[in-house]
Amino acid sequence: MIERSRPSTALLAAAALFVLGIPAGIARAQPATAAADLARSEVHALAVQGSVYMLVGAGGNITVQIGDDGVLLVDTGLARMSGQVLAAVRKLSQRPIRYIINTHVDADHTGGNEVIAQAGSTIAGGNVVGNIGASAGSQAAILAFQAVLDRMASPSAGQAGAPQGAWPTETYTTAERKLFFNGEGIQMLHIPAAHTDGDTMVFFRRSDVISAGDIFVTNGYPIVDLARGGNIQGVIAGLNRIIELAIPADEQEDGTLIIPGHGRLCDVADVVFYQEMVTIIRDRVADMVKRGMTLDQVEAARPTRDYDPRYGSTTGFWTTEKFVAAVYQSLKR
Amino acid sequence: MRKPIRCTHTAALCASLIGAGLACFPAWAQEDPSGSWSPRFHEDWLERIPGPEIGDYAGLPINDAARLRGDSWDATLIELPENQCRAHGSDYGWRGPSNLRIWPEVDRATQRVIAYHTHLSAYGAEQTIWMDGRAHPPEYARHTWAGFSTGEWDGDSLVVTTTHLKENWIRRNGIPRSDLATARVHLMRHGNYLTVAVLVYDPVYLTEPFMRTTDFVFDPQQQMAPWPCEVVDEVDRAPGIVPSHLPGQNPFLEEYPAKYGIPPAAARGGAPTMYPEYMLELKRLPRLPRPAGGAAQP
Repeated sequence: MIERSRPSTALLAAAALFVLGIPAGIARAQPATAAADLARSEVHALAVQGSVYMLVGAGGNITVQIGDDGVLLVDTGLARMSGQVLAAVRKLSQRPIRYIINTHVDADHTGGNEVIAQAGSTIAGGNVVGNIGASAGSQAAILAFQAVLDRMASPSAGQAGAPQGAWPTETYTTAERKLFFNGEGIQMLHIPAAHTDGDTMVFFRRSDVISAGDIFVTNGYPIVDLARGGNIQGVIAGLNRIIELAIPADEQEDGTLIIPGHGRLCDVADVVFYQEMVTIIRDRVADMVKRGMTLDQVEAARPTRDYDPRYGSTTGFWTTEKFVAAVYQSLKR
Repeated sequence: MRKPIRCTHTAALCASLIGAGLACFPAWAQEDPSGSWSPRFHEDWLERIPGPEIGDYAGLPINDAARLRGDSWDATLIELPENQCRAHGSDYGWRGPSNLRIWPEVDRATQRVIAYHTHLSAYGAEQTIWMDGRAHPPEYARHTWAGFSTGEWDGDSLVVTTTHLKENWIRRNGIPRSDLATARVHLMRHGNYLTVAVLVYDPVYLTEPFMRTTDFVFDPQQQMAPWPCEVVDEVDRAPGIVPSHLPGQNPFLEEYPAKYGIPPAAARGGAPTMYPEYMLELKRLPRLPRPAGGAAQP
C-alpha cells in the first residue's frame, strides 16, 4: 500500500493558483517597499566589490574593509545600533577591528565609535604608542579630520558633544592622509567646508570604492550644516571630486563604486545626476541672489520645485525649506 | 516492478497537480521571443530618429516638476565627458536605432528557462530577465541602466517587471524618468513580428502610467555591430559646469509649437494630451503664428 501524505491547504491553494493562471509576480508587486521596511529595523551587509562591504540600517551607511590585516570601518552608525553593527561585522570577518575612520562628526556616523573601538585593537609599537599614548593597543584607532575632534571635545553652544571614548585618537589637518591596510592604499581626502568643516571622503584604491560620507546622499537634498562650517559650494566641490576620481566602465556604469552617507549603493553615473541637480539649484539661487532677492523671495520662487518630488521633504529634520535657506546663506557668505 | 502512480485524490487536486507540472515548462501558447530582430521606425519616427524637438512634451502624462526639468534642460549637457557614453534605460532603449537580439539561458538538466537576455546595438546595452522566480533586490542595492528584471508569462506574452533603474529619459529632450520608477514591459510575438509595449510607472514625474509600443521584425541574417564608446573633450569647459536654462529663460520653447502649428498649451503635455478626446480641445486652443518660410511637415 502506498501511503500518501495529506496535501496541506497551502499547497492545494498554490497548485490552484497555477491552474487558474494567476501570475506569481502579483505577490511581490512591491518588493522594494518590503525590503525598505526590513532595512530600517536591521543592519544588513551588502558586498560592494574587492574587500569592501556596506552596512545599512544603523543610521548613516557604514563601510567595512576586511582582509588579513583586520577590519577597517568608515563610520560607526548610531550608538544604540553598536551591538548590531558589531554582529554584522563579525559575520564578515573574525579578524580584529583595527581602524575606524569618521567621515564627519554627526552622531549617526560616529555614535558607535566608543563601543566599536573598544571591541578592537590597534597594532601598537614603533611610534604608534608614542603618538596616542599607552592605550594605543587596547582599542581600534579612530581617525578623522581635526575639526571632528574639535567639535566633539568642544561643542558649540547648543550642540551636543560626545563622550571622550568616542573621540578620534588620530587626526589630520592636511588635504589628505594615506594609509595602507589589507593590501590596498587608502586615501582620506578632506573636502573643506562641505557638509561640515570636518568632512573626509575615503578612497579604497584597489577595491575601487569611495566612501563619500554625507557629501553624497541618495535619499534627499544634501544636508548643509552651516553651524558646523558647511557650505553648498563645498558640497559641490566634493561631488566634483568624486566625479574626478571615479572611472566608470562601459556605458558610464560600474567601475568605481560609491557608498553614500545615506541611501543606496551607487556608481559615478548616480553621482553625476546628483551633482547636476545640486549645481542647477545652486546656479538658480545664485542668480536670484545676484538680482537682490531676499530669502523669502527665493523661497517663494521655489527654485527646487522640479526636484522636490524626488528629494524634497516638508517634514523631518531636513526640509526643502531648510535646504533652500542653507544654499542662500552659503552664497551670501 | 514500479507501481503506476494513481490519482486517488479529488478531481480538483489532480487538476492542480497537472497544472503545477505544466507550469514547469513553457506552455504551448507561449511565444518564445528569442531571435534576431530588426527595428521598425514608422511609429514616432520624428521623435526617435531626428530626435524630439525642444519643448515638445505633448502626449506625456507629466507633472509640473517634469515640465520644469524639460524647460531647464540644455542639450549641451550631453557633451559633458561624464554624459557622452551614458546608455539609455532599459525601458527607453527599445526606441533607439537598435538591432535587437534575445536569447534564453536554459538549465541543462531541467531544460527550464532561467532567464532571457537582450542585447541592443545602441550602447551595447544588455538586460537580463530572470524567469526563475527570484526576488528583486533590497532598496539599498545598486540601480543600473538595465535595472533588475523578472519575467512571467501572461498567456502568450512575456511580462517583464523592472525595478532598480537609474534615472533616464521619458523623452530625449530633458523630460526625465526618475530612479524610483518601475517599468512593466510586455513582449508580444506574432510569428515574425515582435511588439514591445512598455508601461512606465513613475511616482516622481508622471501623473498616470505612460505606455508606448515599439515594433521589430524577425531578421535572422542581421549583423550586430559592436558599440564602443570613448569619452572625448568636445568643448574646453571648466570642470563642474552644468549647462541649464534658468527658469523662465529658455528661448527655444516656442519654436516647436510655432513650427508645427500646435497650440503652445498642448505642447506642454500632461495626461489629457494622451487621449483622443483632446483633439476637440486642440481646436479651441490658440496657436502661435508660423515662422516665415513655410510650415514644417507634421
